[in-house]
Parts: sequence; C-alpha cells; structure tokens
Amino acid sequence: MPITYTSSEQVEVYRFSIPVTVIVPVTALFLQAWLPRQFPFFSMFDLPLLVTIFFAVSRRNPISGLLTGAAIGLFQDALTGLPIGVNGVAKTFVGYLASSLGVRLGVENAGSRLLVTLVFYVIHEIVYFMVARGMIALSLQWSWKHELGSALANALVGVLLFFALDRFKQRT
Amino acid sequence: MESVLGRYKNLIVLVVVLFAQVLGLAVQVKRTTDTESSRLIRIWAVSAVTPFEKALNWIEHSSGNLWHNYFYLRGVRQENRDLKAQIEQLRLEQVRLHEDAQQARRLQALFNFKEQYVSKTVAAQVIGSGGSEQSRVVYIDKGESDGIRQDMAVITVQGIVGKVLKVFRSSAQVLLIDDQSSGVGAILEKSRLQGIVRGTPAGEVVLEKIMSDEGVQPGEEVRTSGGDRIFPKGLPIGVVTRVGNNPDLFLNIHVRPSANLHKLEEVLVVTQVVDKEPSPSENTSVRASDILAQRLPSVPDKPAEDPNKPKATQGAATGPAIGSATTTAKPVQAAKPTQGAEAAKTGVPTASTAPGTVPKAGSPSAPKATQPKVPSAQPSATDSAAAKPKPVKPTPDQSQPTPPQDQPQ
Repeated sequence: MPITYTSSEQVEVYRFSIPVTVIVPVTALFLQAWLPRQFPFFSMFDLPLLVTIFFAVSRRNPISGLLTGAAIGLFQDALTGLPIGVNGVAKTFVGYLASSLGVRLGVENAGSRLLVTLVFYVIHEIVYFMVARGMIALSLQWSWKHELGSALANALVGVLLFFALDRFKQRT
Repeated sequence: MESVLGRYKNLIVLVVVLFAQVLGLAVQVKRTTDTESSRLIRIWAVSAVTPFEKALNWIEHSSGNLWHNYFYLRGVRQENRDLKAQIEQLRLEQVRLHEDAQQARRLQALFNFKEQYVSKTVAAQVIGSGGSEQSRVVYIDKGESDGIRQDMAVITVQGIVGKVLKVFRSSAQVLLIDDQSSGVGAILEKSRLQGIVRGTPAGEVVLEKIMSDEGVQPGEEVRTSGGDRIFPKGLPIGVVTRVGNNPDLFLNIHVRPSANLHKLEEVLVVTQVVDKEPSPSENTSVRASDILAQRLPSVPDKPAEDPNKPKATQGAATGPAIGSATTTAKPVQAAKPTQGAEAAKTGVPTASTAPGTVPKAGSPSAPKATQPKVPSAQPSATDSAAAKPKPVKPTPDQSQPTPPQDQPQ
C-alpha cells in the first residue's frame, strides 16, 4: 500500500514562496474559467480544488490548509453566478482535512496521491451538495456514477499536477 | 483554559472560518442583491482573471485571423461565386418578403399592435466562463463603460443566449438560458402556447407551464414571447426535441437551444429596444399633389383673434375653424395609453420601471420620435394634411377649441 503511516517528526514539511502561493491558485482559477469555453467537458475538472489539496498536504498545517481552501473557494465563487461561500465552505473543509491527513500520512507517491485526491474530491462534492441544497436551495441531483467518474478524472489530473507543482516546493 | 485553546486551536479556527462563511451565505440568500463585501470580492476576482482572458482571446483571434485572412484562402474564389448566386436568390426572396411585411404592417396597424424593435446592440466577445457545472455563466469583454447594464438581453444571430447578470467596468457576467436560475418568456411558434423556458441542473433547456392536454410536437420552434420584459418578442430560443408527460399538470418539453451555448464566441447585447406602433403609411408612396402643396407659397396666418371680442360675421367665425384644422397638422406625440395604464393592462412593469429596460418610444425619454399621428376620428379630408407639417403655422394663442388629440386609442 503506498500510503505509509509516519510520525509528524518523520514527514517533510514544505513551504512555498509568496509568488507561487499567489500565482498558482490564480492560474488555476483562470484556467478553470477559460478552458471550459474552449473545451466544454473541462467543467468536470476542479483545478482550484486540486491546488487546495496540494498546498494543504504539502504544508501539513491545518490552519494554513483551511485558510488556503477558504481563499481559493471564495475566489472561485466570485466567478460564478452563485452566492459567495458555497465553494468556500467546501474547500475550507477539504483544506483542513487534507492538511490534517498530511500531518499523519506521507502522500508523496502517485498511488497515494491518486487515492487521496479521489477521496477528497468526493468529500468536497458531498459538502458542496449539502451547502448548495441546504442553504441556497439549488436543485442539484446527486449521481454516484457521475461523481465517481469525475473524481477519478480529477484524481488522474491531480497526480500529474502534483508532480508538476513539486518543483516549487521548498524544504523548511 | 489556555491549554484547551492550544489543543483545539485548529478545530476552533476551522469552526470560526466555516461559521463566518455560512453567515455570509445566509446574508446573501436573505438579500437578493449582492452585499457590498461580496460585490467587492467579485470585482477583485473578475479583475484578476479577465485581463488574462482578454489577452488570450486577443492572441487566439489575431492568430486565427492572420491564418484565415492571409494564408488559408483556398476555395475562396469558388465560395465567392456560390455566395453571389445565393445573394441573387435571396434578393428575389426579399422582394416577396417585403410585400408580405407590408401587408402584415397594414394589418397590425388595424389592430393597433405595438411592436418591439431591437434598435441598438453592442457586439461583445465571450472571454470566459464561470467554470462550474452548477452555474452556467459566461463573461463578455464589454461592461459598464460600453453601456452595458444589468438585465439586458444577450443574443446571437441564431437565437437568444441569456441576460446580463452582473456588470463590471469593462466586463460583464451573462447568465445563460440553460442555467437553472434563468427564465425566459416563450411562445410556441405554431400552436401559440405560452410558457417559460428554464435550465435544468443537468444543463438542459425545458419549456415549462404548458398544460398536459395541449398538443406539442417535436420540431416546433420556440420563440420569445416578450412577456419577461427582457427579450424582445419573436427571437428564436430553440426547437422542441422531446415531449414527455409529467405526473403533474404540465408537459415536460425539452428544447434544443438555437444558439450553441457551449461554443459562444461573439454575442450581441441588446442595449436599446423601442416599442413602435406600426404605421401603414410607412413606405407608402407620396402623392404628387401633397409634394406640390408643400412647395407652394402659403397664405400668411391671420393674427390671433381675441375670444372675448365679439365676432362680427359668420365668415369671421369660420376663420379660426380652419386654423384649428391646421393645428392637427402639427406633429404631435403619438397618442398612447400612459405607462401606468399599460402596466395595469399587461400586468407587468413597464419599460421605465423594469430594471435594465429602455424607455418606450413616445415617452419623453424615448430616443426616437414617433410618427405623427392623428386621431382616427378626424375627417378623412384632414388625413393627408395631418401626415405632413404644413407651412402654415398655427398662431401661438390657440383660443379656439380643437379636436382632442392626446386621447389614448
């Protein structure tokens, strides 16, 4: 099994420079807004979520993870026509969980990253669904087939993206 | 206490951040419009993303134009010949349609219909999307500085696209018709049944509120009814693809949008719509005698008579009567019901009250003057005179009673 249990002293904690902290999420948000116009199927991907998970598991700091998730989620909400906060709540939650998991588990290899991204995508969708249905009364329909398909697609893209973003990591 | 706070610090921060966002959501849901803080976040987000989108869009179009306009011209000559032949065909068809339109205009005038014309549009390029499956919005590269306002209709040549939801300084957010929060007043072209076109969570477009005992066939065209006061009447929305029965009273009608909502590039924002009463006199030939009458020197006006002054002769009494006839020749504002009366009649807010709509023709703020109009009760002898202003000017002091002109028809 690729996921290994390690003590918090054993896992590496990374940090990122300020330009990377700003530019990577903004680029993800920009691509999320721009690519679906060129390729409509791209709306099934959630690049801001993948970036949230990456920063959270790399920094391994729950507060930093949830704040990153909140900022990216709120920014993403601002580009949609929906009330601001739906993605914010979902990504805050995922950021917290991902960084908490990162403290306990080493998720540096492709298999663990695939699994972690897949699980967190589903968690994100469940929280999003609950907030959207419960608070702003969006008539969403839940389809396990669709969600699991999207989760797998996002996990595959996530693995590639994480390896691409690894080069920006700085050891503390 | 401190140890508890230290131990649960992460959890406490999580709860606080989540609570703040849930509170913010609740405030936004309670108020239908954006609050100041949420609007600020939107402005920041849009300002950060749209410059990149505009730049990429420009590069994409420039390279495409360079290739298509300068290098890839294969088959252009043949295409030109085909297009010329097509123009000839269309010209013939245009003549026939012109005749039909004339006839329709005359008939509409008989019923005193009021038409809405798209009088002004702004072309815009789609530069981005909302990037979410749940919110079907796109961004265009025109905003407040280009005259774009909230609730303006967005269309393409193929059909309607959506309406302007939020306006920023140099960009705007457009809510597409396949979003579940959109709604468009619609009418079926053949059966003339009216309903509401809405989007579904799956991104499909459905026509609602058509009773299940009505006969609707796939293939029938759906057009705007104008009832929503956003889209002018008669614009294509789409074609009925599937009709199913619902457990409730209404049919489940699926519509394929005429405009390709997934591949939008250029759109038109309708910035001005005028309501215009069709006039049968439009495009009608002018009689030679009328032109001659305009050119002939006219008899100067008689000085205005004091109504308190006793009239000496019968002939003098008829003088002002002629003068009053000439006053009908003065162009007057088209006699129309007031806007309030119209709102009461239609049950919807008038253009001046509805947000994002434009003033109607005939209203004081209308951009275009209406046709001079004469009450139909006038004798036919004055009709030709009423159509054009005569050189004879009415006296400033119109003491004599004139026929009522501003009565609603």
